[in-house]
Amino acid sequence: MERVPILKLGDILIVSIQIDLDDQSVLALQEDLADMVVSSGARGVIIDITAVEIVDSFIGRMFSTIAAMTRMLDAETVVVGMRPAVAITLVELGLSLGGVRTALNLEKGVAMLEHVRGAAG
Amino acid sequence: MTVPAEAARRRIVELFLSSEERLLQRWTQLSGASPDELRDLYQAMRTALSSEDGDFADVRGLLAELSRARVRQGHTPSDTARLVFSLKEALYEVAETDGGPDALRGFVWFSRLVDDLGLYTFETYTAAREKIIFDQAEQLLELSTPVVKLWEGIVAVPLVGTLDSARTQVVMEKLLQTLVDTGSEHAVIDITGVPAVDTQVAQHLLKTVVAARLMGAECVISGIRPQIAHTIVTLGIEFGDIVTKASLADALAYALGRSGVEITGAARTRVAVRAERA
Repeated sequence: MERVPILKLGDILIVSIQIDLDDQSVLALQEDLADMVVSSGARGVIIDITAVEIVDSFIGRMFSTIAAMTRMLDAETVVVGMRPAVAITLVELGLSLGGVRTALNLEKGVAMLEHVRGAAG
Repeated sequence: MTVPAEAARRRIVELFLSSEERLLQRWTQLSGASPDELRDLYQAMRTALSSEDGDFADVRGLLAELSRARVRQGHTPSDTARLVFSLKEALYEVAETDGGPDALRGFVWFSRLVDDLGLYTFETYTAAREKIIFDQAEQLLELSTPVVKLWEGIVAVPLVGTLDSARTQVVMEKLLQTLVDTGSEHAVIDITGVPAVDTQVAQHLLKTVVAARLMGAECVISGIRPQIAHTIVTLGIEFGDIVTKASLADALAYALGRSGVEITGAARTRVAVRAERA
């Protein structure tokens, strides 16, 4: 099973998914990420899915789960770089990812996290 | 095949091969096609009939080319099929002159062969026509859905004409792709030019907005005419928290405001006064 690397940049964790996700990797990623948020005290998580071409309902739900999980640990999650085809698939699957913040690319994702934190004080 | 049928078949092929000039002349008269086209066809049929396995691939190839050319020239399919069928009449005259029972019996076999070939031209004709229609529909689809940039970070899709599933799909994909390519965070879908909105169209619009939202962009729907607003409410379609504006200008102002561009008070209307020299 391949593991997805989690990078730390300041108080943001960046997860760039470059592999074809299977259910095992998704579960492992959720655990790793929760551990990492606690150990590093991160305030924001960015999941970059620019390279992801195929999604199913399980992966769609992963985003919501991670967002809810990190929010409990006081970190905001932003999903960035979603391809049009992926977005259309998720809509057709009936997943609207309520509660998940999204941004067009990594840069805008970082800007969004800063903005959110600025608003929160 | 029984022996007499075999003999009949041989006889008609013999007649076909031996009376080239007479056949071609009569065939040209009957069909009104150019003698060169017919000569090519005759040669191909001659090769096919003389060969052992009776392979008509070449003849069919020629016929396909011929009917495709005729589609473009605007001939009717009956014209094209008649061109092939008139060979029967030409050959019948040859068979009649011969008068033998084998020749006439063989003619029935030959007639069936020509019928097949005639129907084949009909099929290729329809296929070619369908291809033209398909190509045009595709071109129309491409033409009718431009995505324009209004401002840095704001794009708009002015939709004109009736929306169906196929078109909305194209619009949706094109818009989302443009959002990625230009890094725009705001999109305006303008439906001023859409004559009617039903539940299905509304559903498609909603899907597009949700998909854009998933990618991290906000969509505004603008240009909703009074009748359409009425229809949407009557149909009970919920637009939820999607921002809708009456005109493209309002939508642009909203999007500019959201992306942090400040608009200072509109310029005072200037009245041009020209003094006529007396």
